[in-house]
Amino acid sequence: MNQIHCRINGSPVAISSPGTRRLLDVLRDDLGLTSVKEGCGEGECGACSVLLDGKLVNSCILPVLAVSGGDILTLEGLRETERGRCIIDAFAETGAVQCGFCTPGMVMAAAALLFEHSDPTEQEIRIGLSGNLCRCTGYDMIVSGVALAAERGRGLW
Amino acid sequence: MVDAYYPGSLAEALELRTERGAIPFAGGTDLMVKYRRPAGVLPELPGPVVLLGHLDELARITEEGGILHIGAAVPLSVIESDRRLPYLLRSSASQMASPALRNVATLGGNIGNASPAGDGICALAALDARLRIAGSQGSRSISLEEFITGPGTTLLREDELITEITLRPSDCTRVFYRKVGTRKANALSKLSVCADAAVQDGVITDIRIALGAVAPKVLRMKDIEESLRGSTPEELSERIPDVLAAYEKHIRPIDDQRSTARYRKTAALRLAEEFLRNLSEEENRE
Ligand SMILES: Cc1cc2nc3c(=O)[nH]c(=O)nc-3n(C[C@H](O)[C@H](O)[C@H](O)COP(=O)(O)OP(=O)(O)OC[C@H]3O[C@@H](n4cnc5c(N)ncnc54)[C@H](O)[C@@H]3O)c2cc1C
Ligand code: FES
Ligand code: FES
Repeated sequence: MNQIHCRINGSPVAISSPGTRRLLDVLRDDLGLTSVKEGCGEGECGACSVLLDGKLVNSCILPVLAVSGGDILTLEGLRETERGRCIIDAFAETGAVQCGFCTPGMVMAAAALLFEHSDPTEQEIRIGLSGNLCRCTGYDMIVSGVALAAERGRGLW
Repeated sequence: MVDAYYPGSLAEALELRTERGAIPFAGGTDLMVKYRRPAGVLPELPGPVVLLGHLDELARITEEGGILHIGAAVPLSVIESDRRLPYLLRSSASQMASPALRNVATLGGNIGNASPAGDGICALAALDARLRIAGSQGSRSISLEEFITGPGTTLLREDELITEITLRPSDCTRVFYRKVGTRKANALSKLSVCADAAVQDGVITDIRIALGAVAPKVLRMKDIEESLRGSTPEELSERIPDVLAAYEKHIRPIDDQRSTARYRKTAALRLAEEFLRNLSEEENRE
């Protein structure tokens, strides 16, 4: 057992768990943060994306001990912020959500991208989302959603 | 039972290596996938792991006397954007995996994993990289080429860790990087070609060609490279068929789920040819 201290969605959390346990399982099973989805479980689809210290990571292959002292943001935290609402509204408007399974991961990838490039080119958006798979939309609507969030959120990012 | 350690320093990490036989764990992007089990079940790692990704001592990039020192646990996302590093290495890092993976995956892990398809390894082989390895008895330096002995096997000893990758400066500016995979992101290479060259006053003064995933180890044929040094572009252009024939003899790819041996061989030779042709033609125009 390891004792892990970190912040999740702004609150300090102490976790007692084997260190190699996947962050994904801790977030979903212990903390009820079910926006974090498991798709492939091996780093390929991005459904489990969260931010660690502002950077996009896949929680399905991240052992919980590796987030010691870190700041984790999931969609549950992001959606309470103006930035989060900006992306969510833009996704809704451009029809970027169909079944919704990939959406939390896509929103987190969009947030990570916009934190780094406040005014991304289409190419930068496509690279930013390249680790996230969507079986429904064909991606173009998601790319438009991110572009709209960048435009509308000027000053936010 | 402790299954994972979070050392406070490199010295402590080395102690855990020696005393507990802990497995080095950097980004974990190879280890967590290799030993994964069903959702909710702990990964079945073959022993306790020692986390390295957070250690400042392994996360620095420095330049001393013209030599670049890259910490073994620097994430790929940092490698791809550090302009002090050779463009060939940055290109290969920027095309590995996906943004989320690149935020945690490391060159030390790519080397430790020793996959014939490792993209970082291929670029580093073309750059004549050396490794600094620390152990309980002090540290040693070894070339990457010697260190990797075959698919998944290296000369790392039980008490050791890779601490840094070192690169000498090179004059090569004709950088060529091609990775062939099924998808742009998150695809392991079917094959890759990392090459670069330097041309001065109409003469090729340096040339390196590394072919990835076409043999048990990255393929670099230094005798051929040596024989091309000092050639003019016209001379190079005449030698291309012979050079490709020599590579063809040493390319021993395998069939696997990602690709076939025949595809790998043909594509690697065509890409090597493209590099050589560009080099010969570009100079003719000058
Ligand atoms: C979805 C996906 C896509 C991928 N795409 C690519 C790709 O495009 N190209 C590519 O080359 N690879 C790819 N990989 C493989 C992997 O991401 C890389 O090999 C990466 O560089 C491994 O680094 P890591 O830090 O995560 O390694 P880890 O998993 O932490 O370690 C890998 C191995 O190296 C050893 N090790 C780690 N650090 C050290 C050290 N300092 N000293 C000694 N031994 C050490 C470990 O014990 C282990 O055996 C991909 C993996 C996934 C899951
Ligand atoms: S579930 Fe983590 S990347 Fe697919
Ligand atoms: S909306 Fe269904 S997977 Fe993307």
